[in-house]
Amino acid sequence: MNLDLGPVWLTLQLAAVAVVLLLLVGTPLAWWLAHTRSRAKPLIEAITALPLVLPPTVLGFYLLVLFAPGAPLGAAWLGLTGETLTFSFSGLVLASMLYSLPFVVQPLQGAFEAVGRGPLEAAAVLGARPLDVFFTVASPLAARGYLTAAVLGFAHTLGEFGVVLMVGGNIPGRTRVISIAIYEQVETLNFAAAHVLSAGLLAFSFAVLVLVYGLNRRFPVHAG
Amino acid sequence: MRLEIALALRYPGFTLELDETLDLAGITAVMGASGSGKSTLLRALAGLDTPQRARIVLDGALLADSAAGVNLPPHRRGVGYVFQDARLFTHRRVLGNLRFAQQRARPTNGTPAAALDEVIVALDLAPLLNRAVTGLSGGERQRVAIARALLGSPRLLLLDEPLSALDLKRKAELLPYIRALPARFGIPLIYVSHAVEEVAQLADEVLILSAGRVVARGEVHSVLERPEAEAVSGHFEAGALLDATVRASVDEFALTELDLSGQRLTLPRIDAAPGTPVRLRVRARDVAIALARVEGVSIRNQLQARVLRIDAESAGAYAEVLLELAGAPVQRLRARITRESVASLGLAAGQPLWALVKSVSFDRRELGGRDRNDG
Repeated sequence: MNLDLGPVWLTLQLAAVAVVLLLLVGTPLAWWLAHTRSRAKPLIEAITALPLVLPPTVLGFYLLVLFAPGAPLGAAWLGLTGETLTFSFSGLVLASMLYSLPFVVQPLQGAFEAVGRGPLEAAAVLGARPLDVFFTVASPLAARGYLTAAVLGFAHTLGEFGVVLMVGGNIPGRTRVISIAIYEQVETLNFAAAHVLSAGLLAFSFAVLVLVYGLNRRFPVHAG
Repeated sequence: MRLEIALALRYPGFTLELDETLDLAGITAVMGASGSGKSTLLRALAGLDTPQRARIVLDGALLADSAAGVNLPPHRRGVGYVFQDARLFTHRRVLGNLRFAQQRARPTNGTPAAALDEVIVALDLAPLLNRAVTGLSGGERQRVAIARALLGSPRLLLLDEPLSALDLKRKAELLPYIRALPARFGIPLIYVSHAVEEVAQLADEVLILSAGRVVARGEVHSVLERPEAEAVSGHFEAGALLDATVRASVDEFALTELDLSGQRLTLPRIDAAPGTPVRLRVRARDVAIALARVEGVSIRNQLQARVLRIDAESAGAYAEVLLELAGAPVQRLRARITRESVASLGLAAGQPLWALVKSVSFDRRELGGRDRNDG
């Protein structure tokens, strides 16, 4: 059996980088969505949720168009890094972030909403500045939301296929992630290798979800 | 400490508008029915809500002035706040909650930072320090919340119905702690409540809000005698407050004898040492009137008084007679009797008479001591 573990490492790297960046970007977005009274909120919420309902190929297609070296975004990236966004690891990270955005933003938004304004006001009247309130009160109280967001974002990125295929193609060591590798093994009728990778992904995803639900029960964070 | 408040805050269907200058000392109560704007006023003072128009000056410091575009955020106002629901930080233990406040205290406010140890002693928190806040009883929670607010070393402490979620017993346990705060920590309190009994026990000054406006204001005894106070809560009955001192215990009959500006009053025994000041509340319907001391009657509490004013109902059967105790013009009583009685006794202002007090409500909470918390 010809089993190459390269795609596994690449996938784990991709998911880890994408989730870390997503938490950084998703936290302010989720915070804004949880607290805003702006009329634009439903609009932004809908945009955030789009990757849930769009076929990955649609998302991948538009990203491919945006990432193309001739397009403004693709050209800017090329000028900045000397590397194209299409068919590259960076492009995959960016695409994965968009693809997994709702899986990170929604749990965070829910957690911030559950914390509510109460503890934040209580901290403010004790003299805590807004950033202080965020880091020492809101975030610890929303810890479970962060955990859920990180795990779901990671697991969801592991399983992506359509977007990667459109944006990244199938370049060993750069864009060939597990799902693509499985597809290729099946195409070449190498079912044994496909089985190993598929079963591994299945077991891993299941374990991750059990972990999330288990931790949710074990760590009851009472907000309010 | 002087507090100038001029503000207008509008929600759909509600407007809070007031323009008052308060000389804060001790405990100032803000009373009003629900929806009268009490909490809204506190939130505006703390900077948690922004009124459309506001000018708030506390002790010379400008907290908000909408005309000048000044609106200090809550963390820069130096105003402490105790919420109705305590709002303790559930991710920290009791001590962690206290430390949170202590670390952020700004002694620049002119008030020296309250010492952690002193606050712990004052609110009896030593046994709770390592407890998770989720396991605390309602009364314990509010004690921690008050301690936490004090440790922020505020210039002014706002309390928003801190006892409303507690049962009567826990309320009684907490009142002495609150009563003692201004003297112990040198901070004036503004205490919001719709419970007349609480206000009667705690407050020095009272401000009554109704539909977003101040309808009465003044020293607690005089304000609570007014009909505006009665309107605050439907079940409240007109009455009066009397300040007395414990004189002695009459063990034979399980009574306590009080000195009421030179006159004697007895109560079922209370647990207090001679010399302890107590505040009594006498409902108007529990006071009868006689022109002379009455013998051969079961009512033992007979007080010499003088008629100040008679307010007769225009159509109803009753009249309220406002009395002042002999030799003590600030000690007042109200008697609710029929108009027929007023006529047949020939009552008129200035007339000396005897007030027969059928029942006195008294709270051990005024004793300054306290029961052990069993929570």
